[in-house]
Amino acid sequence: MKNLKSVLSFSMLIAFGLLIAASCNAPSANTRSGVLSGDVASQVYVAPGEYDEFYAFMSGGFSGQIGVHGLPSGRLLRIIPVFSVDPEKGYGFNEETKPMLNTSHGFIPWDDAHHPELSQTNGVTDGRWIFINGNNTPRVARIDLTTFETAEIMEIPNSGGNHSSPFTTENTEYIVAGTRFGVPYPQQDVAINSYAENFSGMLTYISVADDGDMDIAFQILLPAFDYDLAHSGKGKSHGWTFFTTYNTELKSTLLEVNASQNDKDYIAAVNWKKAEEYIKQGKFKEVPANYANNEYSDETHMATSTMKKTVRILTPEDCPGLIYFLPTPKSPHGVDVDPTGEYIVGNGKLSADLTVHSFTKMLKAIENESYEKMEAGIPVLKFEDVVAGVVPEAGLGPLHTEFDGRGNAYTSFFISSEVVKWKLGTWEVLDRAPSFYSIGHLMIPGGDSREPEGKYLVALNKITKDRYLPTGPELCHSAQLYDISGDKIKLLLDFPTMGEPHYAQGISADRIVPKVKKFFALEDNQHPFRAMGEKETRVERSGNNVHVYMTTIRSHFSPDNIEGVKVGDKVYFHVTNLEQDWDVPHGFAVMGANNGELLIMPGQTETLLWHPKKIGVYPFYCTDFCSALHQEMQGYIRVSPSNSNIDLAWNLGEEEPVQ
Amino acid sequence: MKENIPRILMLISGLLLIGLFIFPMWRITLIAPQYPEGITMFIYINKLGGDTPSTIQNINILNHYIGMKFIEPDSIPELKYFPYIVYGFIAMSFLFAWLNKAKLFLFWGALLILVSCLGIYDFYLWEYDYGHNLSENAPIKIPGASFQPPLFGIKEIINFTAISLPHISGVMAAFAILFSLIAWRLKLKIGLNEKSDSIGSQLHPDTLMHSVA
Repeated sequence: MKNLKSVLSFSMLIAFGLLIAASCNAPSANTRSGVLSGDVASQVYVAPGEYDEFYAFMSGGFSGQIGVHGLPSGRLLRIIPVFSVDPEKGYGFNEETKPMLNTSHGFIPWDDAHHPELSQTNGVTDGRWIFINGNNTPRVARIDLTTFETAEIMEIPNSGGNHSSPFTTENTEYIVAGTRFGVPYPQQDVAINSYAENFSGMLTYISVADDGDMDIAFQILLPAFDYDLAHSGKGKSHGWTFFTTYNTELKSTLLEVNASQNDKDYIAAVNWKKAEEYIKQGKFKEVPANYANNEYSDETHMATSTMKKTVRILTPEDCPGLIYFLPTPKSPHGVDVDPTGEYIVGNGKLSADLTVHSFTKMLKAIENESYEKMEAGIPVLKFEDVVAGVVPEAGLGPLHTEFDGRGNAYTSFFISSEVVKWKLGTWEVLDRAPSFYSIGHLMIPGGDSREPEGKYLVALNKITKDRYLPTGPELCHSAQLYDISGDKIKLLLDFPTMGEPHYAQGISADRIVPKVKKFFALEDNQHPFRAMGEKETRVERSGNNVHVYMTTIRSHFSPDNIEGVKVGDKVYFHVTNLEQDWDVPHGFAVMGANNGELLIMPGQTETLLWHPKKIGVYPFYCTDFCSALHQEMQGYIRVSPSNSNIDLAWNLGEEEPVQ
Repeated sequence: MKENIPRILMLISGLLLIGLFIFPMWRITLIAPQYPEGITMFIYINKLGGDTPSTIQNINILNHYIGMKFIEPDSIPELKYFPYIVYGFIAMSFLFAWLNKAKLFLFWGALLILVSCLGIYDFYLWEYDYGHNLSENAPIKIPGASFQPPLFGIKEIINFTAISLPHISGVMAAFAILFSLIAWRLKLKIGLNEKSDSIGSQLHPDTLMHSVA
């Protein structure tokens, strides 16, 4: 009897243990999917051959690129190379695109790309360009959305970590670039702990012409706060830009503690229309600088890098009314302006509350000159004069807010790992949905414009862990798609993204699709080393430089046999793709090249530099499966000793060289 | 007014032929899995074209796998002399409209039918030549396969579906023939009515009465 009892209790113990084990080890569907209800699969299903409704442009973060996805499917459509070399496309490897990555520090093959920003007209995304910042070596890039290629890169002088960038004004008059790291201005050899005395912060306004051409219009010299994020005003607040700051403590070491001491940091409100007036009045200093402006031409199919030598600087003491500080609690991260332009949301990342300022109240406070104090010659407005409301204890660690155009705001909370929906004006929390895990930015197509397309919300998460099949220690970042068309936020889909997407932008596909280029017209090709037909193909020598004017068409190179090249030569393969149809690129690769490949679009000319180092005969071939006879698309180049007197010869389809 | 309808129709017939210089008269469309939107060649009276400026090049690239001759508009003499024939028809239509004779309208329409038939036969010969006169060195050889595009209608050619149909100005030319023949018939009818009317007015008792009254 006793025996039976102990067996029973023992087995009960085991059962209890198993129950605990089961509840710990096997995550239930509910906790991992945030309670999926209804037929969500059909909401994200885009049938084969059908198009997604939206383009999503996800920053590549430390990949330096932009990932183009379709929504709602989440499918990856293209990686646009921007700040990092991309051997797949030859970007930064072919001679034409190397100048795109030139800086005042020379050629840089990488950067950290954070915030894509679509161009706007009247506050609405117009699908002309998308801009993105390079954080590490301060730069901004403009991508042409007819070709999905980087068209221009502008280096930002006097800056150190271009983070609060490139947020556009309502008609893309300007994009901005605020330094996240204070640096000495001008750069000099000083003690790091003299930060408060010797370091500065610089905000930069880059003008964008109607054809997209970027130029640094002016810079504003400020205290060495860390200028974290920005958004320009819209509607009634058009003419202003708002930058968040942290490290108003002006520390240079152990910032996680030292820059988190002040109860409030600032949102810097910059009146850029006033800045334009001061520029007109000549109240700027034109100072020496050295920064690269790199532009790519679709006519020459080449980039040129120009070093610019001066920049105009405005200082607040010379320009009253240019800038005001709005006290905002606890190291605000994102600053987001609602579609009406009235509310300026400060996402105090070390706070539980969200602070919302009123643009109208701000103007009134400025008019009344009701200042709390002056800091570095800049008026600090009183918190209670400018605050419109507080969303109390909505979550932990608010980072960013986007809007749906129906009077609602959606804020990402990193620490509590969730998206919180709240109402503008009443500040009440309406709904919340978990994110997996630790959401950073969030994006609603047009969610930072005057006309959000509030159907979907994408969460850009910082931690992936168990969301996908494991791939070792290193994992893709994870994005999540939510349906926000109803009262409740509904999780629809997980999809992996490239690099570490910070911000993203979305836009209705129909604003881009009709403008997309299918190929380049050969007749418009102005490349200096183009060959407009096989009759123009040839090989020329000038000293040690050998220029091969080569063409591709399905399925051969012209010429495909080349002789007379010598060890020590520099061989430039200028390859023109004669095709004039959509999706017929040809590739070019030659054995032993300490280089990437070429991937030449129809009508384009690209150049691969090859240094033959050893005698022999080396094959080259087409790397992009172009046709039924792609495998036959190959050729040979013969390398002779440097002292040989073999003449240059080339041919196609003949046993004997023809010249 | 009514008696002028035939000559106006004759004039319209001539004007319709101007369309041959503006719009394609025939189209050949090739559809394959890789060309979901199709690739369409347009044949004008004086040139070849396509739905894109590079269509002829793209068709030639496809054709070179099977060793078909390149389609080179410069090597097709018909594109050079056919326009003169059409100029002749247009000039004739103006002349005949002025002369306003039923027989001339018939002559014009019949001649245009004859020339059109010859043109279509010529088109067939070219198609036959392209489809059969293949290079010995063609990368892809399919014994027994015919690569000749259809003269009219739909035909499967290996992986392609080829569709050959008259296009805008071809239809306009057909209407030109139709109108010239209608002009001929109307003119004949008016001529007969005029005769019978003049006879009737002389013989009918009522008209006699009226004229007396």
